Amino acid sequence: MIAAQDRKIALWNIGVAYTAFLIGTLCGLLQVFIRNDALQLPAWLDYYQILTAHGVLLALIFTTFFIFGFFITGMSKSLGAFGPKVRLFSWIGFWVTLLGTVMATVMIVSGEASVLYTFYAPLKGSGWFYVGLALVIVGTWISSFALVGHYIVWRKTHKGELSPLFAFMTITTIILWIIACLGVVATVLFQYIPWAFGWTDTINVELSRSLFWYFGHPLVYFWLLPAYMAWYVIVPKLLGVKVFSDSLARLSFVLFILFSIPVGFHHQLTEPGISNFWKFLQVVLTFMVIIPSLMTAFSMFATFEISGRKKGGTGLFGWFKKLPWKDVRFTSIFIAMAFFIPGGAGGIINASFQLNEVVHNTLWIVGHFHITVGTPVAMTFMGMTFWLIPYLTGRKFTKSMQILGFVQIITWSIGMLLMSTAQHVLGLLGAPRRTAYSGYNGHESALEWFDGILTNHVTMAVGGSILFLSAMILIYIVVMTMFLSPKAVKPEEIVEFPMAESDKESTPKWLENWWIWIGIAVFLIVAAYAIPLSHMIHHAPPGSEGFKTW
Amino acid sequence: MHLHKFEKIWLTFGIVALAVFLGVVGVSAFSQDHTPAGGMDTIDPKKVNETAPFDKPGVTQLDDDTYQVAIVAMAFGYNAPDLKVPAGKEIIFKVTSTDVVHSFTIDNTKVNMMVVPGRITTKSYTFDKPGKYLILCNEYCGTGHHMMFNEIEVY
Repeated sequence: MIAAQDRKIALWNIGVAYTAFLIGTLCGLLQVFIRNDALQLPAWLDYYQILTAHGVLLALIFTTFFIFGFFITGMSKSLGAFGPKVRLFSWIGFWVTLLGTVMATVMIVSGEASVLYTFYAPLKGSGWFYVGLALVIVGTWISSFALVGHYIVWRKTHKGELSPLFAFMTITTIILWIIACLGVVATVLFQYIPWAFGWTDTINVELSRSLFWYFGHPLVYFWLLPAYMAWYVIVPKLLGVKVFSDSLARLSFVLFILFSIPVGFHHQLTEPGISNFWKFLQVVLTFMVIIPSLMTAFSMFATFEISGRKKGGTGLFGWFKKLPWKDVRFTSIFIAMAFFIPGGAGGIINASFQLNEVVHNTLWIVGHFHITVGTPVAMTFMGMTFWLIPYLTGRKFTKSMQILGFVQIITWSIGMLLMSTAQHVLGLLGAPRRTAYSGYNGHESALEWFDGILTNHVTMAVGGSILFLSAMILIYIVVMTMFLSPKAVKPEEIVEFPMAESDKESTPKWLENWWIWIGIAVFLIVAAYAIPLSHMIHHAPPGSEGFKTW
Repeated sequence: MHLHKFEKIWLTFGIVALAVFLGVVGVSAFSQDHTPAGGMDTIDPKKVNETAPFDKPGVTQLDDDTYQVAIVAMAFGYNAPDLKVPAGKEIIFKVTSTDVVHSFTIDNTKVNMMVVPGRITTKSYTFDKPGKYLILCNEYCGTGHHMMFNEIEVY
C-alpha cells in the first residue's frame, strides 16, 4: 500500500469527482424528461442551465479529478512516496481546482453563465465564471507540476534508466495537457476576462473559437489517455500476463502528443474565417491519430489472445472464452473497449471534411461523445473505481459489491446503447443537438425525426433513466467502499493496485527524450496554426460586444 | 523496437486504407469543389442592415442559372423574407449574424452553415426536389434557441 498521506490526496480527488458525477448525471436525467415533455422546470431553472451543468460537471470536472486521483495513486506506487513539496503542491492544485469548480458551478446555477461548456463568444457570462474556469486550469497545472517534480526526482536518482511505464504515460498525458491548455488559457485570460469585466468593449469571435478548439480536441485525449493507461498497464495484470510491448506502448503514447493538438479546425469545418486549405490540412493531421489507435487495438487483442492461450484456450477463438469474464474489473474495461470501436469510427466520419456537414451540431454528435467519453472513458474509470477506492481505503470489495458492480456496468451499457443509438439515428435524420425541444411548432419534418421505433423521445428517456439508475448504484458502491465496507484484514481480502510488469530491456532510450516530442509537437502546431491564426488577428472584422440571450 | 509480423500487416493495411481514404476526401474536395460551408469575407456586425447584400435580405437572381439568398440571423430568428427558390439551379446562400453565433441549417440537405458575427458564411447548393424545407438553428444561442426556425420553399 502507498503512503497514507498520498492516499488522502488521491481519495479527496476521487471524492470530488464522484460528487460532480452525482450532480452531472442528475442533470442528464432531467434533460431527457424535459425533452420528452414529461417534466416542467420551475421558473428559476431552465434547460440550458442544466445542460451547461451536465457538460461542465461530467466532461470537465468528473474526468479531471478522477484522472488526478488515479495519477497520484499510480505515481506514488510506481515511483515511491511523494516528498513534502510534491505533497504540498498536490494539495494546492487540488484546492485551486476545487475553488474554480465551485465558482463556475455557482455562476451556472445562479443563471449567470448559461453558455454551455463551450462558452462560445459573444455569449457573455459573468466574469467570475471565466475566472472559475481559469482557476480550474491553473489548479490542474499545479497538480501536474507536482507530479512532474516527483518524476524529475526519480529520474535524478535513477540516471540512465527508463521510467516505469505508468510514470511514462502519466508524464505524456501531462505534457499533452499543458500544451493543450495554452489555447484556452490564452483566450480566457486575454479575451474573455477583460471583455466580461468590461475592460475591453469587443471580442474577436473567430479567434476565440479557434483557440478554444486548439484546446478542445486534445482535451478529449486528456480523458482518453488515462483510460488507455488502464488498458495498457492494468488489463494485462488482470489477465496474468505482461505488457504486450513496452516500446510500442510508449511510442503510441508519444504519437498522441504529436497528433492530438494541431487538429482543432476539424471542429470548425462548417464555419467562415478559415480557408479550405487549412481546414483540410488539419483534417489530415487529425487522421494521424488513427495510427496509434490501431497500435493500441492490436496490443489489446494480442494481450487477450496470449492470456487466453496460456490458460488453455485452443483454436482460432478458443482463447476468448478463457478471459476472466467473472472479474468485474476486467469485464467493465472490455465493454468500454467494445464501445470505442463504433465510437472511434464515428469520430472518423465527423472529421471527414465535407462529410461533417451531414452531422455537424446534430444529435449524432451527442451520441458520438456518449460512446467515446461517456462509455469507453467513463466505464474504464468505473472499472478502476472498483479497486482503486478499496485499495486507497484498505476496505474490502465484498461479494455483494462485486455483484452490484456487474449490475452497474450492464445497466450502463444497456442505457447507453439505447440512448446513443437513438441519438445517432436522430442526428442523421437532421435533429439538432443542444435544444430543449425539437418540435419547431409541430413542423412536419421535425415530427418525422421522432417517428421511428428507436428514434423517439421515449427511447431516449428510457435509456437516460437506466443510465441514472446505474449512476446511483455506482455512487452507492463509491460510498460503501470509501466509508462503510469492512476493513480488509486477511491477506486475500486486501485489494491490490493491479499494475502489470513491462519488459523495457529492448525499449530505445530516445522514447523518453521529451524534448524530441515537445519539439516536433511545437513544430506541427506552428505549421498548422501560425498562418491561419495570424490571418484571423490581422484581418479581423470589427469585434463583437457581449450578449446575454438567456 | 520489435514489431510482430501480424502487427506489421495490420498497421500497413491501416495506413494504406488511411491514405486512400484521405485521397478520396481530398480529390473530391479540391477537384470537384465538394467543400464545406465557409468563406473569408468579413462584415461589421453592427452595420449588417446597411451593408450589401444584407440591406435587402432575400432571394436575388444573379443570372439564368444562379440565385443568391442573403440571410441575417439573430436571436431568435432569421431575417429572410419570401424564401422561394427553384429546384435544379445553383443557390448561393450568404449568411451573417447581428449578435451571437448561430447556424443556418436546412433539414434534409447538405446546407449546414455556422454563422459567426463579423463573418459572412457562404455555401452553394442545388436542390433536387421541390417542397417545403425546414430551416433551423443548431448552435445554442440563448433561451429561445429551440424557437429559431424558418422555412424555404423550393418550386
